[in-house]
Amino acid sequence: MKNIAPKLPVEEYEKNFAELHPPLTSNSAITEANRCLYCYDSPCMKACPTHIDISTFIKKISTGNLLGSAKTIYESNWVPLTCAKACPVEVLCEGACVYNLTGEKPIEIGRLQRFAIENYFSKGMPVIFHKSPVNGKSVGVIGSGPAGLACGAELSLLGYKVTIYESNKIPGGLNTWGIAPYKMRREDSLKEVEMVKSFCVEIKTGTMIGRDIKVAELLNQHDAIFLGVGLGESPPLSIPGEKLPGVIGALEFIEKVKSENWEDVHVGKRVAVIGAGNTSIDAATEAKRLGAEQVFIIYRRSDVEMPAYKFEYDLAKKDGIVFHFLTSPKRIVGKYFVEGIECLKMKLGAADNYGRRRSSPIPGSEFIIPVDMVIKAIGQETKSSFLSSIPNLTLDNEGCVVVNPKNFQTTNPRIFAGGDCINGGKEVVNAAYDGKNAAHGIDKFLSLPYGGK
Amino acid sequence: MVDLSINCAGIKSPNPFWLASAPPSNSAYQNCKAFEHGWGGTVWKTIGEPVMNVFNRYGGLDYNGQKIFGLNNIELISDRPIEVNLREIAETKKLWPDRAVVVSLMVESKRETWHEIVKRTIDTGCDGIELNYGCPHGMSERGMGAAVGQVPEYCKMITEWVKEVSTIPVIVKLTPNVSNIQLPARAAKAAGADGISLINTINSIIGINLDTFELKPNVGSLGGHGGYAGPAVKPIALHLLSQVAIDPEVNLPISGIGGISNWRDALEFILLGASSVQVCTAVMHYGFRIINDMIEGMINWMESKNISSLDQIMGKSLPRISDFGNFDLLNRTIARIDQKKCIHCNLCYIACEDAAHQCIDLTPVNGHNQTEVREKDCVGCALCSLVCPVEGCISMVRIDDGSASKTWNQLLEDFKKSGKKLTWENLAEFQHKHGIEID
Ligand SMILES: Cc1cc2nc3c(=O)[nH]c(=O)nc-3n(C[C@H](O)[C@H](O)[C@H](O)COP(=O)(O)OP(=O)(O)OC[C@H]3O[C@@H](n4cnc5c(N)ncnc54)[C@H](O)[C@@H]3O)c2cc1C
Ligand SMILES: Cc1cc2nc3c(=O)[nH]c(=O)nc-3n(C[C@H](O)[C@H](O)[C@H](O)COP(=O)(O)O)c2cc1C
Ligand code: SF4
Ligand code: SF4
Repeated sequence: MKNIAPKLPVEEYEKNFAELHPPLTSNSAITEANRCLYCYDSPCMKACPTHIDISTFIKKISTGNLLGSAKTIYESNWVPLTCAKACPVEVLCEGACVYNLTGEKPIEIGRLQRFAIENYFSKGMPVIFHKSPVNGKSVGVIGSGPAGLACGAELSLLGYKVTIYESNKIPGGLNTWGIAPYKMRREDSLKEVEMVKSFCVEIKTGTMIGRDIKVAELLNQHDAIFLGVGLGESPPLSIPGEKLPGVIGALEFIEKVKSENWEDVHVGKRVAVIGAGNTSIDAATEAKRLGAEQVFIIYRRSDVEMPAYKFEYDLAKKDGIVFHFLTSPKRIVGKYFVEGIECLKMKLGAADNYGRRRSSPIPGSEFIIPVDMVIKAIGQETKSSFLSSIPNLTLDNEGCVVVNPKNFQTTNPRIFAGGDCINGGKEVVNAAYDGKNAAHGIDKFLSLPYGGK
Repeated sequence: MVDLSINCAGIKSPNPFWLASAPPSNSAYQNCKAFEHGWGGTVWKTIGEPVMNVFNRYGGLDYNGQKIFGLNNIELISDRPIEVNLREIAETKKLWPDRAVVVSLMVESKRETWHEIVKRTIDTGCDGIELNYGCPHGMSERGMGAAVGQVPEYCKMITEWVKEVSTIPVIVKLTPNVSNIQLPARAAKAAGADGISLINTINSIIGINLDTFELKPNVGSLGGHGGYAGPAVKPIALHLLSQVAIDPEVNLPISGIGGISNWRDALEFILLGASSVQVCTAVMHYGFRIINDMIEGMINWMESKNISSLDQIMGKSLPRISDFGNFDLLNRTIARIDQKKCIHCNLCYIACEDAAHQCIDLTPVNGHNQTEVREKDCVGCALCSLVCPVEGCISMVRIDDGSASKTWNQLLEDFKKSGKKLTWENLAEFQHKHGIEID
């Protein structure tokens, strides 16, 4: 890199990556819990993709029944700590709280959930679930992200022998390696992994299916397979200069940040992030917090079309990220390493199939932004080469695995799938829902007389 | 101009707000500070027999995160020597001639003892005496306080002793721990009391510690019943006040006490016949400064209603107190939901479904539930409107035209006239005639 941003004192890193939403104290949790109206058939519960019985778990906090509160949460969701800290609650449960309609502050559902679950961990995870008797059947789960963990936990409690195969050395998927550190740290995710392991789920890390073990072999070993492989790296920009040192994919960059060896993660003094989704915002704010002097987000449409949530956008603006809207990268400039990025101004045209307006370049509008580093964050590629090697699997045009939405069964009857690999990249909570419900799909299927091997 | 001044049993004060005889009125320092803040009067913390308190003496009842919804105590009467109290009373009265200084008394049930304390009290220059027949703990075991208030004869006897020597107004403070509050009130009247005050605290155990199984408050490892006060007791106090106020055999000025925290509460006591009000727990919770809003709020309310003095509203709600037998059985209301205000919490639905008459329907409409009252089945009990968190969202609407009124007493009278018995069949016939179906 041409100009590496100077390293910060250790305390500075910790301060920069300190939690955005600190925990509630016991008193404030009870006060907040008492504000909850205890709605019946509550809108918050419906808005939660895993349908946690929110008003019930909050009521239990208010009476001091914290163990019961945690149990209510776990009954619907196996990664509730991650969800409590990383869910976009503003557009989910808290956005649906009836208090929004009375002009009052919605209940802080995320922080209350965190309160209940952290209490549960601090008590040493007392047993609140009992496994059904072992039924002699086994399921192989590929991927230990939230989808795989949820599926594994649920199946194990149903009596299945579950083995999770994980290519990474440290499990948890993006809960461990993706979520911005000021939302949650790796150890939070690893606690949730421990919880799942405590149900006798085996996790084989450093084991990449397709490379170390073939899918066909797994199909022989197990009665059914669940695919929770998530997505891959940001796709190439396909512009000149992309191979220059200083150009990095967002996922690779964020994974380095999540290692929490702050000093070892080099960022340029000036950084351009291409794309304006939630991952772009994460990459940009993380670069800034690591010490980059200026960070630019370059996006070819305007702020209206930007896929990032409003609160993520607000966070980026607060961090001083500079947004170049209606700007498209044309070429990365530099001889031996990145020195700048040449962009074109764009104009908006008609809406595309998704209702987002297309943008087209304004000829002759080229300009160069001098930068030392370029982070590619224009989405995530599907694991198409791996997925297309699996017999009888159907992928849609976007490369996502096609499943029956009721039971998460793929077109290969013994293979089920959920999470980012079926939806093209949503939230942790969707993956958690898919995994749990796929487990029931698998259970129903394997209980049929002709199910399984 | 609004005038808040009152005269309660011959005791005058610039506003109706007095400190109740309790910890806030324990010393000259406190009473003078209260007067500086604007309190109209004080009933000095009860003085009399030598006592010694235990240390831990209060228990709070919190409700849904709200602190001290109720307060219980095992405190005794003043534990400061009587001479100190009498001296400070005299000094306070001298400093604050326009405020009401009433002194609460409690000594053993001996005529001479009462004569002596009454005379010494009058010598302080105070405006009146309150007889504490209410303290339900500690003192009652020694034959004082509630032990007197619960036996009308004792009540009468001691009041007579006091009246024999008193040259200033005597108010008798009643205990609520009786089955008929009118009996001790009548006894006080018969003995010549000038006024009644009520209520003192209610027998209570505030709670149990679930870790230690100890009572709250816990002294060493023991606890016992104490006296309950604070916002939670207000409805009980209002009822007992009304019982005394409507009793023609009593017909005495009343100082209202029990759960008063603000001007609204105070107005309710006045509307039920109180001429002054006394406050303890609210001051224990927030301090003397609450008087500011009490006075200002009351003045603003009076101005908004064109009321210039409290006399104009004192007892105004008493004529509305009646018995069940006089309530109109055909005054028919039903619940109506304002869909524009509804926030879809569905609390009305579950309340009606599980605890009333199953007449609210829940229908999914664009992603939320729409709640709708099936009016023909609604019995108008108003439960839904009580649970609804949105002001004015569920209103209870009258649907009869008022032409066919019938009370229970009238109905029985009608039955008698037409030779009918009170049977389910005859009742059903009456209901049916008026389009009322109860199933
Ligand atoms: C940078 C970033 C930030 C995000 N922030 C948030 C946020 O704040 N809140 C939120 O709700 N969501 C967030 N998301 C989205 C969220 O992380 C995902 O939706 C969620 O993790 C998907 O879960 P998953 O289990 O489907 O996949 P993943 O979490 O991606 O897990 C897939 C796992 O499968 C493993 N795997 C893949 N292929 C193989 C193979 N062949 N053999 C063995 N193992 C394999 C991977 O190593 C990985 O561990 C973020 C995503 C990104 C990229
Ligand atoms: C701690 C405490 C001590 C009290 N001591 C006395 C007392 O000495 N004499 C008395 O007549 N009433 C005493 N009371 C009763 C109060 O004067 C008052 O009647 C009662 O608290 C109800 O009013 P509140 O709801 O405003 O507190 C005491 C109450 C409390 C809470
Ligand atoms: S909608 Fe809001 S008030 Fe109602 S139960 Fe949910 S959190 Fe509580
Ligand atoms: S209680 Fe009130 S706000 Fe709630 S659903 Fe019923 S009518 Fe609507």
